[in-house]
Amino acid sequence: MTFHITVDGRPVPVVPGQSIGAALHAAGVRSWRTTRFGGRPRGLFCGIGVCFDCLISVNGRPPERACLLEAEPGDEVTTA
Amino acid sequence: MTGAPYDLVVVGGGPAGVAGALTAALAGLRVALLDSGARLGGQYFRHAAVPEREPGLDRFLLQARLLDGRADVLTRHQVWNVSREPGGDLTVHALTRDSSGERPVTLRARRLLIATGAHDRPLPFPGWDLPGVLTAGGAQALLKGGGVLAGRRVVISGTGPFLLPVASGLARAGAAVLGVYEANGGLGLARHPLLALGKAGEAAAYAAALARHRVPYRTRHAVIAAHGEREVEAVTVARLDPDWNVLSTRIVGCDTLAVGYGFVPQIELGTQLGCETRGDPDGSPVLRVDAAQRTSVPGVWAAGEPTGVAGWRQAEVEGRIAGRAIVGEARPIARRGPDGVLLRRRRQWRAFGEALQRAYPVRPGWQSWLRDDTLVCRCEEVPLARVREALELGATDARSVKLLARPGMGWCQGRVCGYAVSCLAGEAPRPPRRPVAQPVTLGALAEAAPEDSPDEAAQ
Amino acid sequence: MSDVIVVGAGVVGAACAYYAARAGLDVTVVDRGPVAGGTTGSGEGNVLVSDKEPGPELELAMLSNGLWRALAEHGGFEFEPKGGLVVAETDEIQRRLTELAGKQGVEHAMVSGAELRDYEPHLAEGLAGGVYYPQDAQVQPMLAAASLLRHGAESFGRGTLRLRLGVTVTGVLRSGGRVTGVRTSQGDVLGDAVVNAAGTWGGEIAALAGVELPILPRRGFILVTEPLREPLIRHKVYTAAYVTNVASDSAGLETSAVVEGTPAGTVLIGASRERVGFDRTTSVPVLARLAEQAVALFPALREVRAIRSYCGFRPYCPDHLPVIGADPRVPGLYHACGHEGAGIGLAPATGHLLAQLLAGERPDLDLRPFRPDRFSEEAA
Ligand SMILES: Cc1cc2nc3c(=O)[nH]c(=O)nc-3n(C[C@H](O)[C@H](O)[C@H](O)COP(=O)(O)OP(=O)(O)OC[C@H]3O[C@@H](n4cnc5c(N)ncnc54)[C@H](O)[C@@H]3O)c2cc1C
Ligand SMILES: Cc1cc2nc3c(=O)[nH]c(=O)nc-3n(C[C@H](O)[C@H](O)[C@H](O)COP(=O)(O)OP(=O)(O)OC[C@H]3O[C@@H](n4cnc5c(N)ncnc54)[C@H](O)[C@@H]3O)c2cc1C
Ligand code: FES
Repeated sequence: MTFHITVDGRPVPVVPGQSIGAALHAAGVRSWRTTRFGGRPRGLFCGIGVCFDCLISVNGRPPERACLLEAEPGDEVTTA
Repeated sequence: MTGAPYDLVVVGGGPAGVAGALTAALAGLRVALLDSGARLGGQYFRHAAVPEREPGLDRFLLQARLLDGRADVLTRHQVWNVSREPGGDLTVHALTRDSSGERPVTLRARRLLIATGAHDRPLPFPGWDLPGVLTAGGAQALLKGGGVLAGRRVVISGTGPFLLPVASGLARAGAAVLGVYEANGGLGLARHPLLALGKAGEAAAYAAALARHRVPYRTRHAVIAAHGEREVEAVTVARLDPDWNVLSTRIVGCDTLAVGYGFVPQIELGTQLGCETRGDPDGSPVLRVDAAQRTSVPGVWAAGEPTGVAGWRQAEVEGRIAGRAIVGEARPIARRGPDGVLLRRRRQWRAFGEALQRAYPVRPGWQSWLRDDTLVCRCEEVPLARVREALELGATDARSVKLLARPGMGWCQGRVCGYAVSCLAGEAPRPPRRPVAQPVTLGALAEAAPEDSPDEAAQ
Repeated sequence: MSDVIVVGAGVVGAACAYYAARAGLDVTVVDRGPVAGGTTGSGEGNVLVSDKEPGPELELAMLSNGLWRALAEHGGFEFEPKGGLVVAETDEIQRRLTELAGKQGVEHAMVSGAELRDYEPHLAEGLAGGVYYPQDAQVQPMLAAASLLRHGAESFGRGTLRLRLGVTVTGVLRSGGRVTGVRTSQGDVLGDAVVNAAGTWGGEIAALAGVELPILPRRGFILVTEPLREPLIRHKVYTAAYVTNVASDSAGLETSAVVEGTPAGTVLIGASRERVGFDRTTSVPVLARLAEQAVALFPALREVRAIRSYCGFRPYCPDHLPVIGADPRVPGLYHACGHEGAGIGLAPATGHLLAQLLAGERPDLDLRPFRPDRFSEEAA
């Protein structure tokens, strides 16, 4: 009973209730942004909304925490 | 703002918050509970939409079901500030999101229960910001909440008994756990304090799970560096002396590293209101409460990890004690004396929690694991060298290091690096000053502006 | 035994110590906390000439502006000569801004409503115009204070500038009426002159010497946004209401939009002013008002998040002018405090002029408007 979101145009399966971060991890995508100064790759670190490493832009909105944000059918995610 | 104030607003939907809210709601109080997550549970009872089995979870889910319908349960609500109105009520400022974007939600409350839990306490080391390095709690949350394995070949490192459920959970779910490295020492797994201190069933189950999956458990060992290009590919495991200085090292190949050095109680809603704090045995500032879980600020209670880390059972007990005290205050007629059983349990679990904190301290040798270019602050990318520079320029504490070198100024507001920066500045962590506890869009914040003219508002 | 003891390691104390050491004096700086841990650690770092009425403060600001530029050449802190843009909501306000700019005699350019977006592409529509001041600049105040102390200690002979942190001044020592040093939590520190650079706490130091200095805290909140990848705001931008609020005598809350980007990518949003003592309790209505005004000026900020806020206490004198100079009531006591919301901008000129006094030279500016005993005269 999965649905899909797209990550940079590529479909990624989601189990209902999963966060965007969990869905990305499950698909083997473990980093999705780079830092401002060093260009270092970042993904999940704390997993519970504390560290803000996992910021991601969904449907063109300003960046949000991927570990908190539940994936919705049709979400379009862009990585930097 | 919604009209009449709630009798009680609870922030946090873990065992402490749910127990407190349910106790008050069952006694007829008008209660709202807010949690940032999509489902109630908190850290320990975090669960997928279709939950797996876990000790205590059935009981928790029953409480959560009972609460639904008896209280306004507002999940996906992040509380960013609580303040006192001139009239004496409390205003709880939260944010939620719907299809139209982020939306402010403001509740008024006669009483507040702070049950915001804790988060992992990481320590910096070279390579700790590589993707594939997670906090132990993060790896566990991924599994419990999303059913996702953090990796296939996992190394776990840090200190404290919490590494065990993480390891056994990952092993059970099919990951190869290549080792659990406990930086403190002395006790082997069989003599683990969890066994001695009465959590016997649970700890034995973890120990058995680790044995079954042939997971090596090494004390006086820790991961002191992670290596890799774009992701972690290997880690350096060191044998440590009692102060955590490195005695010898070897490289272990892996795709994931989970680390945790204890917990940081989340107390900023309390410090926003001016609640007094005290230092827990591990140095963490926690909210000071009396026998009824009352903080130093009238109308404000706290339960669970914000009053000191002692596990989910203690959190639930404290939530119930707080709930009863709140009912007693709201309905003096219905006042019941304190429940002797609850009080005894709380004493036991508190002793247990403090014993664990003493048995698994952070030792100063970790600072020798860092190199000049090791990031101390991940958000603002501040390396150790810049922290040292700030200390040479005349910073004498963590706050002035932050002012001069920016660690803790970024997105996470020092939640991740705060402990390490305090250690490097040579002081115990101070209570947090975070007037804006969660990021809030300026648009949503603007909506909280008073209608009247600013000069009148100040009168 | 030092020639000069400077009480306070904020930006003003640091500048006094730096210029005194440069003048060949032997200086000890004493602070109860770290470097820049007072109001300097909660200021924004604007070095403004645009917001001053013509008069002594503007002269001080002009002198300081040039000195900051020279100091920045040593490095150690950021100095951004980014310029300031004052915007007018209505034609009437634009007319008043034009008039002010004409009187100031400061380099500026009039900006029509249509041209505003050439300066700031994200400004709201419908604004009447503004004035651009190219000399307005920004420093990182904490690093600037720390660097001045560092340069002072390293450049003018070993041991001429000493820093004693975590040392609280508890008394002013006198002999035969003259100041001979300070009593501290860690013993007496002796010196020929004592400079009171204790900022908002300058009145307390003066009281220790037995004189009155009416310096009061004027609280200000700043909102800080998430770091932006692309700079949204290029200059320091503020509305004309800021100028009138700064000069206001009201104790009640006043807010005006002051918005600017920083090299770290964050946007700083001020400014509120209220006299409520040293109360740090966050006022959500004030933060909300700041957000509202910033969004009105830059609608694109609506979706940007505030991630933290802080507050500080500006050292405020009833006539809004700082206190700079020798105190005729106590020989050997000098003051350099009470700079309200402009202490960062005014620090180098303050230090430079005070060092001239200490070295027995004639100061470059007339210090009479800033004299310490002016308040008691008024009362008399
Ligand atoms: C990641 C993690 C994993 C853990 N795993 C275990 C384990 O396996 N076994 C064990 O015994 N202990 C574990 N612990 C310790 C555990 O936290 C406690 O035993 C138990 O969960 C404490 O319950 P609580 O009610 O105090 O807080 P929590 O269960 O942490 O609940 C607090 C809740 O408050 C919410 N919250 C916090 N701030 C806000 C805010 N500003 N606005 C809205 N909501 C907010 C949080 O999202 C959370 O849901 C873990 C801790 C962490 C951090
Ligand atoms: C929100 C806000 C924004 C601002 N923005 C700007 C701006 O953009 N531009 C600008 O120019 N100004 C700005 N200001 C004003 C500016 O911050 C101050 O005018 C300036 O920092 C004052 O510097 P100072 O060195 O006099 O005081 P401080 O930095 O407060 O230094 C005084 C020092 O004295 C020490 N001290 C006090 N008592 C004792 C004692 N008994 N013993 C030992 N030490 C003692 C204190 O510890 C402190 O370090 C702002 C202020 C606020 C609050
Ligand atoms: S992983 Fe830390 S905030 Fe999402």
